[in-house]
Amino acid sequence: MAHAIDTAHDVHAAHDHTLAHDGPATGIKRWLFATNHKDIGTMYLVFSLIMFFVGGSMAMVIRAELFEPGMQFVDPGFFNQLTTMHALVMIFGAVMPAFVGLANWMIPLQVGAPDMALPRMNNFSFWLLPFAFTLLLSTFFVPGGAPAGGWTMYPPLTLQFGDSFPMLIFAIHLMGISSIMGAINVIVTILNMRAPGMTLLKMPLFVWTWLITAYLLIAVMPVLAAAVTMLLTDHFFHTSFFNAAGGGDPMMYEHIFWFFGHPEVYIMILPAFGIISEIIPTFSRKPLFGRNSMIYATASIAFLSFIVWGHHMFVDGMPMAAEMFFMLSTMLIAVPTGVKVFNWTATMWRGSLSFEPPMLFAIGFLFMFSIGGFSGIMLAMVPADFQYNQTYFVVAHFHYVLVPGAVFAIMGGIYYWLPKWTGNMYNMTLAKTHFWLSTIFVNVLFFPQHFLGLAGMPRRIPDYAVQFTDWNMVSSIGGFGFGLTQILFAIAIIQCVRGGKKATARVWDDAAPTGLEWTIPSPAPYHSFTTAPEID
Amino acid sequence: MNVNRLTANDLRPAHSRAMSFGRVLGILAGLLGAGTAGAGSWPAMNMPVGVTVLSHSIYDLHMEVLWVCVAIAAIVFGVMIVAMIRFRHSKGAVPDINMTHSTKAEIIWTVIPVLILIAIAIPAAKGILQIEDMRGAGLTIRVTGYQWKWQYTYLGKASGISFFSTLSQSSNFASQLHSGIDPRTVPHYLLSVDHPLVIPSGVKVRLLLTSADVIHAWWVPDFGAKRSAIPGFINELWIKVLPGKEGVYRGQCAALCGRGHAFMPIVVDVKTPADFDKWVAQQKAALKQAAAASAAAAAPNNAPVAKAGAAGRAIEATVHRATRPLMARVLD
Repeated sequence: MAHAIDTAHDVHAAHDHTLAHDGPATGIKRWLFATNHKDIGTMYLVFSLIMFFVGGSMAMVIRAELFEPGMQFVDPGFFNQLTTMHALVMIFGAVMPAFVGLANWMIPLQVGAPDMALPRMNNFSFWLLPFAFTLLLSTFFVPGGAPAGGWTMYPPLTLQFGDSFPMLIFAIHLMGISSIMGAINVIVTILNMRAPGMTLLKMPLFVWTWLITAYLLIAVMPVLAAAVTMLLTDHFFHTSFFNAAGGGDPMMYEHIFWFFGHPEVYIMILPAFGIISEIIPTFSRKPLFGRNSMIYATASIAFLSFIVWGHHMFVDGMPMAAEMFFMLSTMLIAVPTGVKVFNWTATMWRGSLSFEPPMLFAIGFLFMFSIGGFSGIMLAMVPADFQYNQTYFVVAHFHYVLVPGAVFAIMGGIYYWLPKWTGNMYNMTLAKTHFWLSTIFVNVLFFPQHFLGLAGMPRRIPDYAVQFTDWNMVSSIGGFGFGLTQILFAIAIIQCVRGGKKATARVWDDAAPTGLEWTIPSPAPYHSFTTAPEID
Repeated sequence: MNVNRLTANDLRPAHSRAMSFGRVLGILAGLLGAGTAGAGSWPAMNMPVGVTVLSHSIYDLHMEVLWVCVAIAAIVFGVMIVAMIRFRHSKGAVPDINMTHSTKAEIIWTVIPVLILIAIAIPAAKGILQIEDMRGAGLTIRVTGYQWKWQYTYLGKASGISFFSTLSQSSNFASQLHSGIDPRTVPHYLLSVDHPLVIPSGVKVRLLLTSADVIHAWWVPDFGAKRSAIPGFINELWIKVLPGKEGVYRGQCAALCGRGHAFMPIVVDVKTPADFDKWVAQQKAALKQAAAASAAAAAPNNAPVAKAGAAGRAIEATVHRATRPLMARVLD
């Protein structure tokens, strides 16, 4: 990507030597002191891809250990470190930075702004992440190893871990600061820097979903910060926020955590909805069906996400009225989510569909995210949840919404906009192969986990009773396949950055891409929309 | 051939690794095949119906919601697939670019899901009422989670009986890293304990769950019973095993509780009320004997129940201090 952008710049600079300050700085300074939204977006995306492989390699060890009963490779304590770190790395290191990277690249291009509103803060929010994750990952090498109490960090268990504990808390704080600053930047950019004539309802869906996501981030990241800070003071300063023996309340942590945790789930899926809402109309050659109701549905989901946290804790005990309330509020989320799925389907209906890689990932998303949605409705039923909760059924559910859900949407988005970023088309066959292998393996990986959970296998265990062997083997084979397939993704991206068939400004000339990003050349010049475009 | 070797129970003969791999291939072949494998030849794929009043009603709710989801999925996925077949650019489909919204359609696909949700919320709400109804318990047992074992303390007429329930030695040895023991040769690998919980059938048994250290969760799938055991809190659940379903039922800790989370199983021996009373009498006699023996400062006593009971009481005293106010409230 860097190479392509340089080339574009050189062409540009040759025209006008007086604008010498106009291009990127040279060497490492370009990245260290980056204030350009495209450079920062690129750094976010590269960082996210690295973390995707780091977190993925932990998952490979987990699946290897679970291939058959008995302990073959790792100690149970280390296994717990892996499950904890896999979740933290994938959520805070892979999925969230990928969306922020896409936001950095695309929001200014989609609203016709020259850059993000707060470029230096943008630089800072990215550069916190490598430090946060160095700190987090280095816990593997401290005495006692990495955090092993689950990514939910429930006390009292999480207070039992030694040197890694303060490092974990500090890393979470850094990630939280980074997310909040990123969210502020998104909101300020969207609300202040739209091209003249772009009213709020005219904004592309990706921009809309990110605006709502940014508000969710600002609302809940401080809540997580508060929760982990209370853990820190319980551990080091002898407070008793969560310590029952000192009059504290371990359940209070769960309530605070999930007040953050449930909106967090939507932070990881709303921008995905936005990406899917961009891709499907393009390759259906037809405007998005029910555009306004899509926006209202997104806003409703965001609102509801604040009042459903209790559904994570039904088995932990709560008053019957609370069980009823959280069950009903959770079921209610199915309505706006259903509206979205129906609208996407209606967009495809009577369209003219072609199946380029972004569209394949979007359609894969539609099917498999819906499967995750169905298991979500099942989990909302309190009596049934007493059987499902804390089992592999839950693992299957959230991996369906996060992997063929959020991650497929990110991949679809990258395949959609990559030619715009690099100026080159990628290898379509390779990308389609990546899609089909991913789809097959992700189902072999996660679908049997529904069966395991229903049959009685708890989650977060390194070893299991022998009747769970068969489906675990199937799941592990799917896992290895899915992991290896992602190497194709990296190859497709690297090849595309290095060269390939030149992309046109519209990239998808044969389809019907709409939006300002397709009005500027490919690759996008280092500075775009220095004069605001007019929207009619 | 391979498919025929699959059995749902965990009492398999030892297999070589190669044969395990063969079983996997068998499953994959079965998935691709025409579904010729009989239902009994598959490893468990669904929630157990179970043996209690609650497990039956939970299973019914689960199946109802599952079929509703399958029906909706069939319709929605069906429409998507038809769209993908009928409206292909490569087949010369012309997009209808004026089809951008329809208030009627949007009202329909908002209202219908709401009605479906109401339809499934009603049985679910009834289920909650049933699960939370703790009245009329015939036996109450306190369950305390420890890293990594369970303590069962009988209250009421069986009071005095208290013991720890720990992973059986054979599973423990086999589960060590590089143990060299094939778990398939261990009876009920990871699902067997030294001293199972004993309860009567046909009686509403109430469990009071708490923890002495971190959060655990007590779960027996066949009972449809799962609750967290949280330090400083008492959670309740009830079990009523249907008469005629006496036997041994197994489950596991369901909340991540540290290194030994996978290694603190739950085993419940359900006896007929008459056999249960006999068991209680035996335990009480053993306790009395042990008390007499220790009073006489005799040589180490090998009666496991008595030993566990004594240790239990010592630790119980500690736990009791931490949880006394809550405990007192619930027991009153």
